[in-house]
Parts: sequence; C-alpha cells; structure tokens
Amino acid sequence: MCGITGIFHRGKKLLPAELIVRSLDQMRERGNGLGSGYCGYGIYPEFRDDWAFHIFYTDNNARAGGVDYLKKHFLIKHAEPVPVRPVKTVTNRPIIWRYFLQLKDEVRQEFYDLSEHDIITNCVMEINSTISGAYVVSSGKNMGIFKGVGFPLDIAEFYRLDEYRGYLWIAHNRFPTNTPGWWGGAHPFGLLNFGLVHNGEISSYGINKRYLESFGYSLTLQTDSEAILYLFDLLSRRHQLGLELASRILTAPHYLVIEQSPPRWKKLLTAIRLTYGSALINGPSALIIATADEMIGLTDRIKLRPLVAASDGQMAYLASEESGITAIAKKPKKIYRLDAGIPMIFN
Amino acid sequence: MRKSLVIPEFAVIRDQNLCIQCEVCVRQCAFEAHHFNQADRKVETDNFRCVGCQRCVTMCPTGALRVIRYPNDFRPNENWPAEEIQRIYKQAETGGVLLSSMGTDRKYPNYWDHLLLNASQVTNPSIDPLREPMELRTYLGQKPAKLEIKFPKKMRRFDINKITLKTKIAPQLKLEIPVMFSAMSFGAISFNTIKALAEASRRSGTYWNTGEGGFPASLYEYGPNTIVQVASGRFGVHSQYLEVAAAIEIKIGQGAKPGIGGHLPGEKVNEEISRTRMIPEGTDALSPAPHHDIYSIEDLSQLIYALKEATDYRKPVAVKIAAVHNSAAIASGIVRAGADIVVIDGFRGGTGAAPTRIRDNVGIPIELALAAVDERLRQEGIRHQASLVAAGGFRNSSDVVKAIALGADAVYIATAALVAIGCHLCQKCYTGKCNWGIATQDIHLIKRLNPEIAADRLTNLLNAWSHEIKEMLGGMGIDAIESLRGNRLQLRAINLTDAELKVLGVKPAGESL
Repeated sequence: MCGITGIFHRGKKLLPAELIVRSLDQMRERGNGLGSGYCGYGIYPEFRDDWAFHIFYTDNNARAGGVDYLKKHFLIKHAEPVPVRPVKTVTNRPIIWRYFLQLKDEVRQEFYDLSEHDIITNCVMEINSTISGAYVVSSGKNMGIFKGVGFPLDIAEFYRLDEYRGYLWIAHNRFPTNTPGWWGGAHPFGLLNFGLVHNGEISSYGINKRYLESFGYSLTLQTDSEAILYLFDLLSRRHQLGLELASRILTAPHYLVIEQSPPRWKKLLTAIRLTYGSALINGPSALIIATADEMIGLTDRIKLRPLVAASDGQMAYLASEESGITAIAKKPKKIYRLDAGIPMIFN
Repeated sequence: MRKSLVIPEFAVIRDQNLCIQCEVCVRQCAFEAHHFNQADRKVETDNFRCVGCQRCVTMCPTGALRVIRYPNDFRPNENWPAEEIQRIYKQAETGGVLLSSMGTDRKYPNYWDHLLLNASQVTNPSIDPLREPMELRTYLGQKPAKLEIKFPKKMRRFDINKITLKTKIAPQLKLEIPVMFSAMSFGAISFNTIKALAEASRRSGTYWNTGEGGFPASLYEYGPNTIVQVASGRFGVHSQYLEVAAAIEIKIGQGAKPGIGGHLPGEKVNEEISRTRMIPEGTDALSPAPHHDIYSIEDLSQLIYALKEATDYRKPVAVKIAAVHNSAAIASGIVRAGADIVVIDGFRGGTGAAPTRIRDNVGIPIELALAAVDERLRQEGIRHQASLVAAGGFRNSSDVVKAIALGADAVYIATAALVAIGCHLCQKCYTGKCNWGIATQDIHLIKRLNPEIAADRLTNLLNAWSHEIKEMLGGMGIDAIESLRGNRLQLRAINLTDAELKVLGVKPAGESL
C-alpha cells in the first residue's frame, strides 16, 4: 500500500507546495515512514531552459565521479547543494546536489544520430549504472524531485518545500514491500520531463525489465516503478505514440473487450497486444505520470489499486483517496472514479 | 537357430485362479507373447516376446495379468549394468545398429524439476481465474519492433477514429492455449491418430503438425489448424499441401536424433501412405540427414523465401532445429534468414525410430537451449522478429509454464499427447506392431484407436492443462500469458550449480528481487 496524489493548474498558475504536502499527509496511513517524495513543475523559472539534474551521492568519491562526468558532457551553468534544514527524524541522508546544465556541442556532434533527449537519457543511465553511489533523481527542465526516507511532513520540512511554487505537483507516500526502503527507491521517479508516482507492485516486472534493457535502458533503482517510467519514455517519446496511447498500451484491454470493439479499434488493439505484450503492466497498480504539460492517472486493467480524480475550473486533482483531494479542495465541481485501465488525462 | 544370450526384459505373471482362458491376451498382443496351448487347454506366455506395453494387463477382463521387470540379477557391477551387457549380446548376434523409439529413457537431469514458480502474498493479490479473465491467447509469427501511428494534426480529445495504424502486421498463428501438437508423420503413426490430433486442435484452438508424412487429402478440412512440414525427403510437398495449411515448418533437425535423417520401411508404405507421400507403394521412404539444397544459412533463407513466395506471404514459416551446443547462434542466423517462428527441439523429444546411441547421447536439454536462445535473441534485439517454440519432453502444465517464463512463446507436445490416447512408452514404435493402434499401419491394429474417443481425450488433456496454467498464472498475480513470457523473475532454481543458473538466467531459491 502506498499513497499517491497530484495537483495541476492547467493555466500554469504557480501553486505553493504546501497544498500537495497537505494532500499527501492526509493519507499518511498509506505509508510507514520508509519513503516520501514530491515532484514539482515550474519551480526553476530562472533556469527554465537548462537541464535540471538532482543527484544523490552516497559519499564524496561518488560526487567527484559525478562532477567529472557532468563536466565532460555539459556546461554547468549553476551547481549547488539542494538546500535542506535539519529534521531529527530524517537520518542517513545522501549528499544531495542540483545542477543546471547545457549539453556541450561536441557531445551533440559525437552522437549525431541521437536526439538531445536520447543523449540526456543515455547520460542518466550511464551515471546510474557506472558511477558507484551516484543516482540521478530528476533530469528535466524547470522541474525537480525531492524525496527521501521519512514521513511526508518530515521530508517536506527537510527539503524546505515551503520555499517552492509550481503549477504541477505529484507526490508519494511509501509503504515498501518488495524492495528495501532507501533514498533512491523513494518516489517520484524522474527521467527527462517525466515524473512518476506509483502505488503497486507489478508481477510483469521481470519481462518489462528485459524488454527495456533491449532498448538500452538500465534499471538500477531496485524497484518496479522505475520500469513503468521508462516504458512511458519508450512508448510516448521514442516510439512517438503520445502519452494517451502509451497509457492504453501499458494497460491494454483484455481480448474479451477487444473482440467486442468496433473493427478499427479491434485492429489497433490487437496490433498493440501483439507488438507490445512485453510492455503490458500486470499486477496491482495506480499511478500518476506527469510532464510539463500533462497529468495522467492510470490504474491496472482490473483496477486492483484505487485512484480518484477531481476537477474544478483550471485545477485538476488525482489521489489514492478522495480525502487527499478534499483536504485541499473543499468542494471540487466534479469527482470521478477512474475506470480500470482507462487513463484520466488532464492537459 | 542358435540360443540367444539375451534375457527377457519383462515377466508376465498370470494369476491362474483368476484367468478364465478367454484368450483376450492372445488376441491383443501383436508381439505374440501369449498363445493358447491346445494340448493343455490353457493360455501360456513367452516372456521373451513381452515389450512391457501393458495392453494385455489393461484388457484382461478378470485382472489376472501383471507385467513386471524380469526378476533376474546379473552379477552386480556398477560399471556394467545389465542393460549394457544385453545390448552387446544383441549386437553380437545381429551385427546391427540398436534401434529405439520415443525419447531417451536415460537418467539425465530434468531442469523443470529444479525450477520453482512464484506466487503472490499480501502485497500483490493473486487473481482468481474463476472470477477474472485469464488470458492464454498467444500469437505466433513475426512482430513489428514498434507501431507506426499516424495522428491528425489537431486532436483536442483522443479519438480512435482519427488515428491510423500504418504498420502492417505479418501473418500470425492464433493459439487459445500455448500448447501445440508436435510433428508426427502419417506413416510413423496411424491415420486415426493424426485425425484425432487434427480434431482436438480444431476444438481447442491450437495446431497439429503433419511431420514429413504428407497431409492426407481427406483431412484438408482441418487445414486452418494444421502446420505442414517441409523436411529433407520433401515427401508429400505440393502446392495444395502448402495452400491448405495454416503455416509451414521447415524441419532441419529433431531432438531425438539430431544430425541424422529418417527411414520409413517399405512394408509400412501402403496405398494411402504412398499417395500421401507421393512415393511408390512398398518402397522405403528415406529422409536424408541434411536437406540436399541446404548446406548453409543462405540456402535456408532461400527455402524460407521460396515457401513464402509460393504462399504469397500469407503464412508464417517456421524452422525447426534440434537443441545442440551452438543453438543460440544458429537460432539467431535462422531469425535473420527470415523465419517467423523458430522451433527448438530438446534431446528428450520422442521419435518413431532412432539409433539408440544417438537418441541417448546427442543434443542438449530443451531448458538450457531455450534459455540460451531467448537471451541471445534479446541481446541482438531481434527477439520480436520470430516467435520461439520449445519442444522435447514436456510432461505437464507446470513444465509449460516454466518454459514460457524462460522465454518460449509456446510449446509443442507429442509424447504427452500419445500417452493421453493410450501410449505406454514401451518404445517399440519402430516395430510397427503398436498394440495401442497408434504407431502402426496394421489394418487390425489401427482399428483399436477410435479417433472420436482419442480426440475427446486429447481435448480433455488440453482443457485440463489450460485450467492448471490459469491457476498458476493467477497465483503469480498475472492475468495475461505475455506477462509471464521471458519473466524469469517468476522462477527460482533449486539444487543447480552457478554455471547452470547463469545459462538459465534464474536466481537461486531464497534469493529475492
């Protein structure tokens, strides 16, 4: 069991992080103090065109390795430790830095066959898998992930989230089961502008992982949720299928449903099942995926985990429980319960 | 005739209190182990002739018969078991190659018995297949690496009617259970047997395979559930043969006898087999060891495309090889040569006839070959270009589930199918005297197998396995077979070496994610 929540102002008005913290804390029963985290969009307007990397280092050796790597590939426009304040319950912290980066022209030329997004993805994979003790936590533009081992309020306090404003926030409150509670394993997960929070455990992880590895992704964070993030990246960005279709591929309907669909749908869905069988997410899941422009809620195809959506004017909400929404929006105009396997898209 | 040194393998024990001298056993045994002694007015048995097929035991109306291993001990010798001594006697007396049928009976490790499946507990609910849909449907054939979709310039809300699928999907076989009947030729087995296999395939939504025995025209109605084989003898291959089938399989090798061909003796080539195989009645049907037009991979590619051309690219073409030491690299070549399906046949696979030494010593187990091939194709990024079918000694539904977790799309069964319709694994198919009416062309013996009843039994078997596979999947928290395919994290190994774990790509039991 975990708790997830997301808020999005579709007019991109900046919202204080306090809202998402309150929503997540309302569902504190869904976690056990072994992981909480937040992802905010629109938080770095002064560096809006730079790749914002948040990196965890286990020690200074790892940091030296990380900095060397970044210097080789990027012009570092700004680097600093992520500002934190002491919180007694937050212990065993890694060294946490953030960098605002521009890809070097010579690197672009070296990988002339790849897009800038592909190069950034490869850099993230390379740091995570080859620099011992270094983990890229987020790597998008004008966004960042703040996560760690602790309860929602403690992690928010630790990262001084009261000082941030963003137009889209997603957050996660963890009760880890299949992998240890550690800083890198806390949610959200990020790659490029994608941010993901996930409540669930996927039984298909073994094949999802092998499938992703054949496309060059390396899965290093010891958690199945990481695989979902990369599947979104693969399908929506690299295969250019868009977020909505990517969502429908990850939770492709049963053949029972496909058989009854109109011919056009039937043909497409059958092709999806044939082509992307290894990308099917099987097992209890509710997730929120965000980009700079969209927030999507999705459950597995037999809906073994809860997810509620609400909207009110420009504001959109997603949360594991309705209480997570009503804690910050007293009477939202519309409240929806998501259909199994059908994405709820706010854009 | 000189006295043979060979000692009987079996002893038939007759309870004289129960025997009513009805002579059923006499009539049932094609090996003539039983006879009626007119002088003494009683049925007697010649143990030398018994092959251990259990036909008389099953048919005896009073339960008077038992067949046991012949209770005789050679002087114990760990280096010279009785079996090896007996085989030397046989060869010394005949000067011939030892023949056997079915798969090897030697004690090699069976890796399925060293693999354990996972189940969900607490954090991940198991799924009840009686309440939720549980999908076993499998498509075999080449898959695209990605889908090309044309989106409209403007689409405010996602609308299926406005997007177009550009990718053309290659022809596929659609299976409702990932289990097919493996190649067994008309000639090796009886007409009633192949008819039962065809009928059961149609009822269960799967496929049977003609082997290289041709496809009797009277069974063409089963074409949509039939895979026809093109083997080195090219028996029975003509345009209509390719046309009526659902898919074509090029047979390079067979797990029971890698590297050698086949031989159907002329006495089995009756009128119908002659017509089906397109050879004169009474002549031996010899399948050469290699295809005489395939001496390397580029020749195979030409045959694959010749068959695709002949069928307008409307049918998947499979290539079947025996599991041998270098299977992974060979399979990669086969995929790149254009095959839509690669079949790997492990060394426990059966046969109608094979030299015993070949059957028992050539090739490798399907578990290891399958794991190596799947991993290799993934490393090369071509796993989607062909489906992978595993064959060779699958005994039950859990073997099937483990094979799919290792990376197979589907499996072929043959021995298990024959057992379902009465085979007792006496390994005497090559004699043509099958008392169960399966591996014979004898006009009296073939009537013992009723094709309707046999089809019912085969359908029941697939139905039972289907339920069991669904239960195992649901237990793992998986509701579609493709989420199990290649999902080796659902497997753990027990009692294997590090080297074996590495080839299988499986963690030892007790080690978590």
